[in-house]
Parts: sequence; structure tokens; C-alpha cells
Amino acid sequence: MEHRKPRTKGSPVSDLDLRGVSRWYGNVVAVNDVTMTLGPGVTGLLGPNGAGKTTLLHMMAGFLAPSRGQVLIDGDATWRNPAIYRKLGLVNERESVYGFLSGKEFVRASAKLHGLPDADAATRRAIELVEMTDAQDRRMDTYSKGMRQRMRVAAALVHDPAVLLLDEPFNGMDPRQRMHMMDLLHRLGAQGRTVLFSSHILEEVEQVSGTVQVIVAGRLAASGDYRTIRRLMTHRPHVFAIRSSDDRRLAVALMASDSVAGVTLGKDGLTVHAGDYGTFTRALPRIALDEGVRVRQLIPSDESLESVFAYLVSA
Amino acid sequence: MNMTIAWITARGLLGRRRSWLLLPMPVILIGLTAVGIAFDAPTIDLADGVLVGLGVATVLPLVSLIVGTGVLGSEIDDGTVVHILTKPIPRSRIILAKLAVASVVSAVATGVPMFVAGTMVDGTRLGLGLALACVAGAIAYSALFLALSVVTRRPVLVGLLYVVIWEGLVSNLVAGTRTISVQHYVIQFAAELSGTTLFGTTVSTGVAAVMAVLITAVGTWLATQRLRSFSVAGETS
Repeated sequence: MEHRKPRTKGSPVSDLDLRGVSRWYGNVVAVNDVTMTLGPGVTGLLGPNGAGKTTLLHMMAGFLAPSRGQVLIDGDATWRNPAIYRKLGLVNERESVYGFLSGKEFVRASAKLHGLPDADAATRRAIELVEMTDAQDRRMDTYSKGMRQRMRVAAALVHDPAVLLLDEPFNGMDPRQRMHMMDLLHRLGAQGRTVLFSSHILEEVEQVSGTVQVIVAGRLAASGDYRTIRRLMTHRPHVFAIRSSDDRRLAVALMASDSVAGVTLGKDGLTVHAGDYGTFTRALPRIALDEGVRVRQLIPSDESLESVFAYLVSA
Repeated sequence: MNMTIAWITARGLLGRRRSWLLLPMPVILIGLTAVGIAFDAPTIDLADGVLVGLGVATVLPLVSLIVGTGVLGSEIDDGTVVHILTKPIPRSRIILAKLAVASVVSAVATGVPMFVAGTMVDGTRLGLGLALACVAGAIAYSALFLALSVVTRRPVLVGLLYVVIWEGLVSNLVAGTRTISVQHYVIQFAAELSGTTLFGTTVSTGVAAVMAVLITAVGTWLATQRLRSFSVAGETS
């Protein structure tokens, strides 16, 4: 299994441990009793906007104290402990950089701040890893968003950390930059690093990581292999809103179909609960044709990411 | 003290547009002194009105405020501070590097024009006394404003309130409050070092020295403590 491969070089593998972690702001609970252990390989932290992903990442990176529980890297707390940064690299969501520095100066400053014995060699290696050697001497305020992001990854990797945390690393990237970043994360995971990245887009997580942690409304909703969770998502009941030339006739015919779990007839048409997305969408045209009913509108009414997550929470 | 942090801080500070505000104030100080001398203004008026009133009470605190809040406060505002904080460096070394840069820049930006203006008014000794007093003042102000930038989210506003309300108003009306006014330490240091009788204050040199050291030490300590528990703004996304 790829995600348990030992590191090929550099520092030993590290585990990131969250034990009953909660964080609240006044009366608002941002993260609620999350327990997880992350080992080597790429893990996606998936959840809708506002779910608490950034709060969780900040706690992992030692930038926020948990209100309750513990965040540990190899047994050491991350809060108020600068020594953990020897093992940890962070690429946060705010894409702020020192625009007045060149990419190379920026990464080299990171290497020196880490006290690396050969800062120049480490800088060269990190910049090569993100394939930014050609643009390394340009000022960072002339970079595109994707280039800046890659240089930030280089700076976070310059000390060869065992754990790398990235907050929404694909935000604002074009498809080519996105593919490049995905490939890079794959490689880092294959080297045995513990890589965690957050995202609110299912497809991103699908393409990069085998393991996901799904967080919804501050709680850990699902955790484990991506394929299992994906199956849960596709086999959940789907709701469709349908308008047709004869709603009552269509409702009767649909109820006879195996793919339909329930039909509600309303003023604005039908609400159909289908057991499986694929079977229902294939069956509907045939049923309509047989009954001589014209379908004017077919809208999947619960396709928003939030409803997918909500389903996962109740599953 | 960390040279890499000092280097990044200095480049960031001097490259920022806000830093250009540092230039006109010393020029105005020297310009007004020259105008006063050209119109034969009495030395005592020039010393009290221009050197103390404008130089010590306005230019020095404002320059120190811009610089002192700029070295760390603006990095906190734009989020770049995370790059420094995600390193295994004791927070005290980060603060010391920031304090050193702020103190040197403020001391040069105020000490040099004060030396020139002081010399023009009453000779080199006054110029030298004022310049050295400004160096001490720049260090104390820098520690104070550096601490403010990690204690409050509005360091410039709070700093301005201290300079305008506390030092500008209260300490001129209530003599007792001068013992916690950097402005009065600087006036006393300048008077003592230059041996002048053109200006003075009620704070003794001993008290001024002890308090200046105390403010610098407490400011540095407080900034370090706050940076140790630095939390990224509470977003819930």
C-alpha cells in the first residue's frame, strides 16, 4: 500500500495525532471532538466551506491552541513548540509572500532560518523539486498564482520535513498548474512523507489521495479509503424535481419502477426519490416514452456538496 | 538576534511605500530651523519650539511609530509572518531582530536630522546631545510599538493615542505622569548630555534612564510572550 511506504531518505517517518480535539470561539464550535491519526502518504481533508478544515490545519501547524484535546507530532504537542517545525512544513491558504524577494532568496531564507548546514544545496534541491529553477531569480511579485504556490511549497520543503500540511493548495490554479501540484503531492507521498491537504472539491481529493478525512460542521464525518466513501456517495438516494406534460400519469408509471423509492405529487410537479442515480436516469426516458409523457424539466435537487456531506454524516 | 530575519525585515521595511513618510519629517525639521535662524528667531524659542516641540515631541515618536509597527505589525497584517513563525527559532530571537532593525532605522532617521538642527541652533554639543538622546528614545519607542503590534490589532491607532493623548496632553498637564513618557526621558537626556539650559523637564536623569531601560525590557519581554502564543486569526472555514 503506497501510503505506508517508508521514507527513502532524510528524516524518519512521522505520525500526526489528533486526540479528542475541539476548538470553539465563544459559543461557536469550529471543530468538535476530532480524533485521527495520519501516517505517511497523501491524505485529503475534505469538507464544505466553513466546515472547520482551516481551524483544524492551524491547530495541526501550531498556530492555534485546541480548546480541548491534543494535537501531537510523534508525541510532541504542536502548540507553543517551535521545535516541531523541524519535522513540519506548512503551506497555508493565504498566499502571502515577500514580494520583494526573488523565489530563490525566499527559499534560501527558509533554509537559513532552519539552520541547515548547506543552505544553498537545500535551496537548489527544493526549487528543482517544484520545477521552478528557470524562474527562481525573478521577484516573487511577478509570479503567477501557481508559481507562487510552488515556491511556497519549495520553502516549506527545504528542510525535508516528514509532515507537510497544505491548506486548499489548488485554489485559483489553472488546470495545468493543478495537475503539476497533484503530481508533486503524489511524489511527496510516495517518498513516505505525511502529506495532508484540505479541499472542498471532491474531484481534487479523488485524484490525489487514497485516504480521506471528511469533516462536516466541525465533526469528522467519514474517514478512510476514498473509494469506499465515494461508493457511499454514489449509492445514496437521490432526489429529482420533474415537470412533465402529465405529472399524475408519470407518477403512477414511476412508482412501478424498481429504481424509484418514492414519488410526491405537488403543484410544481413531481419530487422523485431514486434509489440509485444511474439506474433512475437511464429508466426515466424509457418510462416517459412508453407513457407518451413529455418531460419538460429534470433537476437533481440535492446535488450540492453540502447535501452529499450531510448524507455522509447520517450514513 | 537572527541576521536572516533582520535582513528580510529591513528589506521589507525600506521597500514599503509607507516608509517614504519617513523622509519629509526630518527635512521639515531642518527646514524650519533654517527659516527660524534666517529670521533671527531667539535661540530659546528655536530650541523649545522646533527642536523639542517638533523634533522630540513629534518627529521622533511618529517615525518610531511608523517603523516600530511596520517591522512586525505589517507582516502580521499581510500574513507573511507565518513564514518566519514556521521555523524552529526561539521567539525571543525573532523579536530581538525586529527590535534591532526598528531601533537602527528610527535612530538614524531622527538622530541625523536632530544633530543637524541642534548644531544649527546652538552648536555641535547640543546637536550631539539631541542625537544621542534620540537614539535612546528610538530604542524605547521601538520596543513599545513593537509590543503594541502583537498585543493589539490596531497598533498604529493605540500608538498614536499614547503619543498624542498621553505624551502630548496628559504629561504636559500632570507632571507626575511624565515618569512614563518617553518624550520626557529624551528631553532630559538631551539636556544632560549637551549641558544646555534651553530646555528641560521635571524628570531626573536617573529616573529617565531606569524607566527607559524598563520600558525597553518590558516591551521586548511582552512582545516575545505574545509571539509565543501567536494565533492565526480565527477563521472557521
